[in-house]
Amino acid sequence: MVHGIKDNLAPLHLHVPEPKFRPGDKADFSDIIVPEVDAITRPDEHASPADIHALAYGLVRVLGDDNQAVGSWNPGLDADTLRAMLRKMLLLRAFDDRMFRAQRQGKTSFYMKSFGEEATSVATTMALHSDDMCFPSYRQQGILITRDYPLVDMMNQIYSNSGDRLKGRQLPIMYSAKDYGFFSISGNLTTQYPQAVGWAMASASRADTRISAVWCGDGSTAEGDFHSALTFAAVYNAPVIFQVVNNQWAISSFSGFAGSERTTFAARAIGYGIAGLRVDGNDALAVFAAMQWAANRARTNGGPTLIEYFTYRGEGHSTSDDPGAYRAAEEYALWPLGDPVTRLKDHLIAIGAWSDEQHEALILELSDFVKASQKEAEQKGILGHGLHHPMETMFEDVFEEMPWHLKEQCEQMLEEQRDKFGPEWEAR
Amino acid sequence: MTEPATKTMNMIEAINSALDVMLAKDPEVVIMGEDVGYFGGVFRATAGLQKKHGKTRVFDTPISECGIIGVGVGMAAYGLRPVPEIQFADYIYPGLDQLVSEAARMRYRSANDFICPMTVRSPFGGGIFGGQTHSQSPESLFTHVCGIKTVIPATPYDAKGLLIAAIEDNDPVVFFEPKRIYNGPFSGYYDRPVEPWSKHDGSAVPEGYYRIDLGKAAVVREGQAVTVLTYGTMVHVVKAVVAEHGIDAEIIDLRTLLPLDIETIEASVKKTGRCMVVHEATRTSGFGAELAAQVQERCFYHLEAPIERVTGFDTPYPHSLEWAYFPGPVRLARAFDKIMKD
Ligand SMILES: Cc1ncc(C[n+]2csc(CCOP(=O)(O)OP(=O)(O)O)c2C)c(N)n1
Ligand SMILES: [Mg+2]
Repeated sequence: MVHGIKDNLAPLHLHVPEPKFRPGDKADFSDIIVPEVDAITRPDEHASPADIHALAYGLVRVLGDDNQAVGSWNPGLDADTLRAMLRKMLLLRAFDDRMFRAQRQGKTSFYMKSFGEEATSVATTMALHSDDMCFPSYRQQGILITRDYPLVDMMNQIYSNSGDRLKGRQLPIMYSAKDYGFFSISGNLTTQYPQAVGWAMASASRADTRISAVWCGDGSTAEGDFHSALTFAAVYNAPVIFQVVNNQWAISSFSGFAGSERTTFAARAIGYGIAGLRVDGNDALAVFAAMQWAANRARTNGGPTLIEYFTYRGEGHSTSDDPGAYRAAEEYALWPLGDPVTRLKDHLIAIGAWSDEQHEALILELSDFVKASQKEAEQKGILGHGLHHPMETMFEDVFEEMPWHLKEQCEQMLEEQRDKFGPEWEAR
Repeated sequence: MTEPATKTMNMIEAINSALDVMLAKDPEVVIMGEDVGYFGGVFRATAGLQKKHGKTRVFDTPISECGIIGVGVGMAAYGLRPVPEIQFADYIYPGLDQLVSEAARMRYRSANDFICPMTVRSPFGGGIFGGQTHSQSPESLFTHVCGIKTVIPATPYDAKGLLIAAIEDNDPVVFFEPKRIYNGPFSGYYDRPVEPWSKHDGSAVPEGYYRIDLGKAAVVREGQAVTVLTYGTMVHVVKAVVAEHGIDAEIIDLRTLLPLDIETIEASVKKTGRCMVVHEATRTSGFGAELAAQVQERCFYHLEAPIERVTGFDTPYPHSLEWAYFPGPVRLARAFDKIMKD
C-alpha cells in the first residue's frame, strides 16, 4: 500500500495487542504490582472524585501476607459474618462444580463457572441491602446463592425442566429472580449497564432508599452500553455501583483488547468525573469494603462509583471453551493474588476462628447439600428428556395478551405434536 | 488443462479457505472480530489465518459490534476490504446503526464519493440448543435495508464461492452462515446422528480461487409438482422430507436473498404451479412474506394453490422446546399435504 506515502515521513504502523503468555509459555506475573495494604487509605465516603484519582490506579487490599485483616479499609467483620461469607463462597464453588459436571454428563446444554471470582459476587452482595437491585452478567450466580435463592430452583433453570421458573425459555444460567433483587440476565453483553442506571434514577426520582449495583466483565467494557451508562449516571448522579470483574480474559481475548495496556478499568471513572476504585478481587474483605464504601456513598446521594475487581478467570469461559488453546497452562496457579476462598479461609484460621478440619467438614457438608438438591431437581427432569413445561407455554408471555396469530400458531404446534406422537400424546 | 485440486471440506473449512484465498489474493482484505485472531474464532472459521497472514491482516477486536462495523466502514473509506466477523448474528444489533445508516447508504449519500466494500460474516440460525441469544435468524432485517446484499450459503462449496464473491463485491454484504450445518447437513431429525459433510454433495471444494456470483439461486432438485423456495439449513431439511415422502418438488436454494434471482423463481413456479416458501426465521414480516408477494405478483395466473409459508413461530427462540419451535419434518409434511391437495 503506497497511497499518500511521503518520502520524508516515517511510515505509520498498527499496534495490535498481544498477551504476554500463550500456550507453552511459562507465565510470570512478577510485573504485576501488588501494593502494600493501605498504600492508599480509605477516603471519606463523600470525597470528591477529583481528589481520589489515585484509588483508580492503586489496589484496595485488606488481607496482608500474614493473613491478618489490617488497615483503614478493614471492614471489621465479626467471625460469624466471615464464616458465613466463606460458606457462601464454598457453596458457590461446590454448585459450579456439580453443574459443570452435569453439562458434561449431557444433562444440559451449557454451563459457566465463576471459579476464582467467587468474592466478587458473594462479598459484594453481602455489603448491599437485601432489597438493593442487582443487575448481573452471566457470571454472578453468587448473588443468588448469597441471597439464599433455592439451589433447586437454580438447577431447574439449568435443566430447563418442568420446575424451571423461566419455563425452559432461557439458556442455562440466565436466571431471573425479581423477588431476590436479581434482574433477568441477558445473553447480550453489557445491556444491563444502562438498565441499572435507569433503575437507580427511578429510585432517586421516587425518593426511595434503594440503590442498584451492576456487574460486567473486562471485555464487556468495550460495548457502547458501558459508556452510555457511565454518562447517564454522571449526569444524573444516579445511586448506582458499576463493577467490572477484570478476570483478565474475555473468552480467548486478554484484557488488552479492552484497553488494559494503557490504563486500569477503574480509571474509566475519571473521564466521567465519578469515583473509581481498583480492588484486589481475590481479597473478599477488600471487595466487601469497597462495595460498602460505594453503597454508603450512593445511598447518601454521593452518586455513582466504578469499582474494578482485579481477579483471574480460573477456568474456561464456559463449557464450550478450552482455555488451553490460547493461554498459558499455569496462569491460575501463579496468579499473584492467590485464590479468594483460600485467602479467606487462611484469614479465619489466622484469627483462630476456623480450622482445616472444620473447613474439610464444611466442604463435605456443602457437597452433600448440592448433591441432594441436584437429586431433587432431576426429579423434575433434565434437558431433552421430555419433562418440560407444557408446549403451549412457548406462546405465552410474548405479550400480556396473546394476539390471534400466536393463538393460531399454538394450535398448529399442537396439531404437529399429535401428528408426531400420535393420539396418546393428547392424554399426556 | 487439469481440473483444479479439490478437497473434502466442511462448511467451516470452506469458509476458512475462502478467507485464506482472499487474504493471499488481495492485500486490501482484512479480517477482524472477537476472538478471530490467535484463537481462530469460536467456531474456528479463522483458524491459522493470523499466523499465516500476520496480525495486521487478521486481528482480534474489542467486544463492541458497533465498533467493529463502524471501524469497518472507516477502513473501507480508506480503501481496504474489511471482512468483520460478528460472533453470533444475535449480537449484531449493537452494530445496526453503523450498518443500516452508514454502510448501506454510503454509496448513495456520497454519490459514489465513498463506497463500503465490507462483508460482515456471522453464524446464524438455531438447532443447537443455544437459547434465544445464539439461535436467531435476523436476515429479513437486512433485506429490508436498501443498500445491503444478504447472502446465505447451504453447502461448503457454495459457502466458499459465495464468500469470495461477497468479498470482491463493492457493496456491503451481510453473509449469514447457518451454524447448524457447519459440520454436516441437517435432515431435521434431531435425534439422528449428524452425518459429516464428506458423505454429501457440496463438500468437494476447490482449494484455490473460484467464485459463485451473487444473485444466482441454485436448483438443488428438479421437480414438477411444487416449487420450494428456501435457503440455509432448511435446504437440507426440505430435501430430506421430499425424499422421505416421495414428493416431486423443485427445490430452489436462493443463496442470495438480495438481490433475488427472480428469473429462476418465476420460471420454476410457472412450471410447477405451486409454491412453498420455507425459512427458520419467525413468520411475520419474514423473508417469506417478500417471496410470497413476488411470486403472486409475477405468477398469479399460474398458481393452482395458495402459496404456503413454513417458518419458525413468532416467539423468541425457546431453549427446551427448540424442536417444537423449529420448522421440522412434521411442519413441512403438513404443508406439502395441504399444498398438493388444493
Ligand atoms: C453483544 C455481545 N457480543 C458478543 C457476545 C459473545 N460473548 C459472550 S461472553 C464474551 C466475553 C466476555 O468477556 P468479559 O466481559 O471479560 O466477561 P467474562 O466472560 O470474563 O466474565 C463474548 C465475546 C455476547 N454475548 N454479546
Ligand atoms: Mg473477563
